[in-house]
Amino acid sequence: MRSVAAVNDFVVRFANVNGTGSASANNMFAKAVFRMGLPFSAKNIFPSNIQGLPTWYEVRISEKGYLGRRDGIDLMVCVNPQSLPQDVKSVSSGGYFVYDSTKILHPEFVREDITYIGIPMMEICLREYTDPRQRQLFKNMIYVGALSMLLDMDFEVFKGIIADEFKKKEKLIAPNIHAMELGRNYVAEHYEYPLPLRMETRDLVGDSILMDGNSACGLGAVYGGATVAAWYPITPSTSLVQAFEKYANRLRIDKETGKKKFAVVQAEDELAAIGVAIGANWNGARSFTATSGPGVSLMNEFLGLAYFAEIPVVLTDVQRSGPSTGMPTRTQQSDILLAAYASHGDTKHILLFPANPKECFEIQALSFDLADRLQTPILVMIDLDLGMNEHLSPPLKWDDSRKYDWGKVYDAEELEQMAQYGRYLDSDGDGITYRTIPGTHPTKGSFFTRGTSRDEYARYTEDGSVYVRNMNRLLKKWDTAKEIIPQPEFYQQGNQNKEGIIFFGTTTDSALEALDLLREDGIELDAMRLLSFPFSKQVEDFVQAHERIYVIEQNRDAQMRSLLINELEVDPAKLIRVLNFDGMPITAAYIQGEIKGKLKS
Amino acid sequence: MTYVKPSFRHPDLPKNDLGFTKKDYEGAISTLCGGCGHDSISGSITQACFEMSIAPHRLAKLSGIGCSSKTPTYFLGNSHGFNSVHGRMPSVATGANLANRDLIYMGVSGDGDTASIGMGQFVHAVRRNLNVVYIVMNNGCYGLTKGQDSATADVGSISKNGMNQFQAIDLPALALELGASFVARSFSGDKNQLIPLIKAAISHHGFALIDVISPCVTFNNNTGSTKAYDYVREHITTADVVDYVPPGEEITMDYPEGTSADLTLHDGSMLQLTKLAPNWDPRDKLAAMQRIYMSRAKQEILTGLLYIDPNTQDLHDLIGTVATPLNELLEEDLCPGSATLEEINRGLR
Repeated sequence: MRSVAAVNDFVVRFANVNGTGSASANNMFAKAVFRMGLPFSAKNIFPSNIQGLPTWYEVRISEKGYLGRRDGIDLMVCVNPQSLPQDVKSVSSGGYFVYDSTKILHPEFVREDITYIGIPMMEICLREYTDPRQRQLFKNMIYVGALSMLLDMDFEVFKGIIADEFKKKEKLIAPNIHAMELGRNYVAEHYEYPLPLRMETRDLVGDSILMDGNSACGLGAVYGGATVAAWYPITPSTSLVQAFEKYANRLRIDKETGKKKFAVVQAEDELAAIGVAIGANWNGARSFTATSGPGVSLMNEFLGLAYFAEIPVVLTDVQRSGPSTGMPTRTQQSDILLAAYASHGDTKHILLFPANPKECFEIQALSFDLADRLQTPILVMIDLDLGMNEHLSPPLKWDDSRKYDWGKVYDAEELEQMAQYGRYLDSDGDGITYRTIPGTHPTKGSFFTRGTSRDEYARYTEDGSVYVRNMNRLLKKWDTAKEIIPQPEFYQQGNQNKEGIIFFGTTTDSALEALDLLREDGIELDAMRLLSFPFSKQVEDFVQAHERIYVIEQNRDAQMRSLLINELEVDPAKLIRVLNFDGMPITAAYIQGEIKGKLKS
Repeated sequence: MTYVKPSFRHPDLPKNDLGFTKKDYEGAISTLCGGCGHDSISGSITQACFEMSIAPHRLAKLSGIGCSSKTPTYFLGNSHGFNSVHGRMPSVATGANLANRDLIYMGVSGDGDTASIGMGQFVHAVRRNLNVVYIVMNNGCYGLTKGQDSATADVGSISKNGMNQFQAIDLPALALELGASFVARSFSGDKNQLIPLIKAAISHHGFALIDVISPCVTFNNNTGSTKAYDYVREHITTADVVDYVPPGEEITMDYPEGTSADLTLHDGSMLQLTKLAPNWDPRDKLAAMQRIYMSRAKQEILTGLLYIDPNTQDLHDLIGTVATPLNELLEEDLCPGSATLEEINRGLR
């Protein structure tokens, strides 16, 4: 048998029972990788369940800095008898299987091509602890300890993490270290260590941070000046507004009175959530909501109102696998078309696609400026993978010289000097008109906001020509938007090849890795990452300049491809689908395989 | 069709404390049917705001969809208005109120907009004690779609489409159950009762429901309808008569002892209540509920101020927001800046 040997380049998967405290132990493992200066990515693969069902946590360590998911498990830590049969099967040939050997492994689960490392975790716990809860929690620390020994990880790093973790509960520091030592000692006494699979400390993460996208968006909303957040709980977006509230409670409390400079409303449903956000924005506060696909479906009617009545609003969609309830705890990029054209009638919306926590922070903050500037809904499109998993990310940055763009709003003085105010008068010729905030001026500037058709002075009308004029102005605004929203990112100087790839959001890491893999195969492709919709001239030029383009996305129906075809009137034959929609983050190997299979031979 | 109101007004029109005439509180000409109860309610709102000397720009009017929800165009033309989507006015009003706690919010809805499509939002706005005047123009039918029964139509009530067999939702009773802090019912044809109730609702600090029976002259004003003008006039019974005394004004009215009660509201205004029912106290929720049920059993339409808790905490009080309206906070209040962000970055390593 040939065992897998690798330094700083392998995948570890933990198989746990949901609700047993394994998450914090697993996070500690990941943090140790991070503090050893090694790039890595971590994915939680969890069930829609509170307690009892199998849950997995996967860590890919990559000295080369590849942060996408990689298939193939080199080392499995199986702490869940329930999932053991499938866990045994899922280990790559030559890999390692760490398990609780308190009970003897049934012979049918013994494979000839992998190495078994039994640690009697429960037995050690039963001997060491009397309290059942402690037995469960420390069992997690025992396997982390064993792993640290097997994989040659720096124990001092773990001690530092434990000290940080329990800063406020100091008496828990020593017992946690002790539990780790129990695992370490067992390995030392019974196995050769380290394994051929091991880690070495490097200095490869620089000033990177470890953060999940939802927290970054929540913090971005604080920095972007949001004062009203309205939401309805739904996986995987729940932690976004919770993060906003957590940071706001820390950063937005009036020192003298202890009162809040923000408001959070847990609404009765998603309809109300976006209604609150729209009402607050209409009244001059920056407000947002966050949800997932089912919530966006419910919010459609209000999105149409905000589009047509031209009310700023920010909505972050943390996408999950649809349709319907779908796989609520699995990732996908499958709300693209829903979001782009949400609501009845001729509507279209601005979408933004951050790809990592730094961008989540920046784009969420920026979305409030864009909403105020363009007076329309701004949808920040992330997904479960980005929102709920911790990612290695460049540090968050804020430029103190940057000022909020509150958009076109007349104040009392401007209104005073005006003969007649027209809410929907396009006086600047860019399709964007001036709004007023209720309460501004005693006699001037009031208007009636409505979802019905109206003229330039906000008066109800069913005159077809006035209606058409207004709808065309909204298109002009749409064109204005194209050039002020975030522009695409390119990964080459100019266009160098006839073929290219397009990707966005969480596909980015794997797409960039796939480009490297393809290059090794002698295949060179130009690459463009989309950051927004509608598509700007730069996007159009890239599409025009290439003969064939692979559009990589995480949904079944090639939704971004449809959007490109529809909006840019591209020949569909030119845009080749590369699709992954099994609910797991897309991998570089998959992209490489798909593209190689579809290359024009 | 464009309706134009004559702009001429007599130069000696009376002015209120702010120097505005009643004209400054009017809106566009109504496009509702002639004789519609809703227009009378619009008139009462106009009159109440004029008499209270409310600065028109300090009030925002919000509505959903339906005949009733069209009315904000027909009153307070100098106030911002928001005609939102069907049944969703409460959420929009919640957001607006959170953005600026200093304005007055006048929500106008109908029985379909509130008791059917908007029931979910209505009950939660009540629960949160949103500081809003919530007027339901209640005609028991869907006017704009030509007269279908609504959820407030009484069992056995006959509309042009036939007899309603389903249970009616009693909005004041429901609001009481949900913890509303101001619950009233009135009749569109009774301005003397409605105007002081609107004033009291505006002064009230919290959710103020006024369920106004407002007959639909076109689809539900026939014999057999329990929301027809004639039926309502014959079956109305009044729990109390409210007189509204603005803040700082001397109380001049004199009531026989034992029949009146004075109530001070949040803004210092006073309510003088003449109790028509024996032992009536609108601060007694249990009694209010009992009276509503008893009246219903007797097929009476009980009107007046049914319940009030003058000392409640509204949504802002409950969640602890700052006194400054959130929409007036400046960038320096809102953005923690780069130094703080560096600290946050450090905590994420």
